[in-house]
Amino acid sequence: MSAIPLESTDLGAAAARSRIAAMPLEQINPADPQLFVDDTVGFVFERLRREDPVHRSHSPIPGFDDYWSITRYQDIMQVETNHAVFSSENGITLLDFPPGDEQKLPMFIAMDPPKHDEQRKAVNPIVAPANLNNWRDLIRERTAKVLDGLPRNETFDWVDKVSIELTTLMLATLFDFPLEDRRLLTQWSDLATANKLTNPDAPEPEVRMAELHKMLEYFTRLWNERINAAPRTDLISMLAHGPATRNMGPMEYMGNLALLIVGGNDTTRNSMTGGVLALHNNPQEMVKLRANPALVDSMVSEIIRWQTPLAYMRRTALADALLGGKQIRQGDKLAMWYLSGNRDESAIRDADRFIIDRERPRQHLSFGFGIHRCVGNRLAELQLKILWEEILSRFDTIEVVGEPVRVRSAFVHGFSKLPVRVR
Amino acid sequence: MPKVTFIAFNGTQRAVEVPAGTTLMRAATDNRVDGIDGDCGGNCACATCHVYIDPMWTGRTGMRSAGEQDMLNLVAELRDNSRLACQITVDENLDGLVVATPESQH
Repeated sequence: MSAIPLESTDLGAAAARSRIAAMPLEQINPADPQLFVDDTVGFVFERLRREDPVHRSHSPIPGFDDYWSITRYQDIMQVETNHAVFSSENGITLLDFPPGDEQKLPMFIAMDPPKHDEQRKAVNPIVAPANLNNWRDLIRERTAKVLDGLPRNETFDWVDKVSIELTTLMLATLFDFPLEDRRLLTQWSDLATANKLTNPDAPEPEVRMAELHKMLEYFTRLWNERINAAPRTDLISMLAHGPATRNMGPMEYMGNLALLIVGGNDTTRNSMTGGVLALHNNPQEMVKLRANPALVDSMVSEIIRWQTPLAYMRRTALADALLGGKQIRQGDKLAMWYLSGNRDESAIRDADRFIIDRERPRQHLSFGFGIHRCVGNRLAELQLKILWEEILSRFDTIEVVGEPVRVRSAFVHGFSKLPVRVR
Repeated sequence: MPKVTFIAFNGTQRAVEVPAGTTLMRAATDNRVDGIDGDCGGNCACATCHVYIDPMWTGRTGMRSAGEQDMLNLVAELRDNSRLACQITVDENLDGLVVATPESQH
């Protein structure tokens, strides 16, 4: 690319930084989705970490209202590890549903112990590292096939052709879901996180619920198939036969499916895209990687830190608590901004730089910590590792040839488009 | 300096000497012992430094804390002698400690 667009981008960034620096602190609302579309939320966090690391704000979006932003690594860790005070029971995103609203799906990520532990244990084995060997060859074979099918020297959308395709194939594999219908999983994943209040393009709540019911019907059919057969290693069979999950109600089944679909889809999808962009913007790291392909392992962790595909998780205070010198009251909601903690210089050296061979690359917040730590973390790492190994053995260059389009969400930190060209 | 021995899942043994006061997790990661990840850096927040204490030593390594128990609930194969290595400080009293690492950390 020529120097002109790069310069104008830098100027745009500098302008955004000064605009954000000049805002009255009390007006700063990091959950404003526009900050994510413009990719300027980093400047907000930079300021908050420095001036007001535990920050109270008000969102004009109904259902979001008042919330605390936790922006420093160590404060986030403190909230994560104190689940007795900071509960997940009221949900993991800032949006509150009116009581009884059936849009709020029960799922184990939004439960406290002991129920959380029981349900989590039922799905844990499928993504435990010992089981990942069952998937390794299949993931490689499917990744290779997708990459071999890409056009050369021609612009295409990496998000659609690679990131969505690979993560959707993976989900279909985990669920033993009919491959020909796999894009339904993508649709449902998008739908599960769609929110009319933050994104005007999202479907109406009634449409969303109707679609989610179609999803439930589809999965109920699979459930009935699996429960009447001997236990197998796919997730649905595990849920249908697991003592803690086999008596789930339909909404709970749907909630946990939505969790696993989003958890396995929206996240790794965006790390797959974010990695391409990060390497494009940091060509010296690509040189390092080509010279020493063994760096793939640490690079995968660095990509996951750099992208932070889920920008935050929410907790609700069950009791008054002091945090970073601020008085949190019972009932307050808190956003643990992983995206900010992962750029916290006081916890991670050169946090604002993408370094594929950094020391302790796995010390990042993207998977969360404490009892809700991502259950699929090692699977995510495996998928990314295989993707990059297969990229290295095929392509000399992956060039980003246009501006990325970012998802309009403060929760899912990702891309809807990334135009690239491979050679 | 106290010596501790890590036995990998495949049976390979690795002995390291560490200054008294080092956590068992750091003893492994500072010496690049395979089989211990320590993702959270020793905050008892991830369960990726899971070890099985040699039964001869369980009396001296002490008991799990409540927070440690919460995290151990997440591991793939919990046993009576399961501990998180970041919650054990190696001192002269533990000179000669032997622990085994699980097949993988998660």
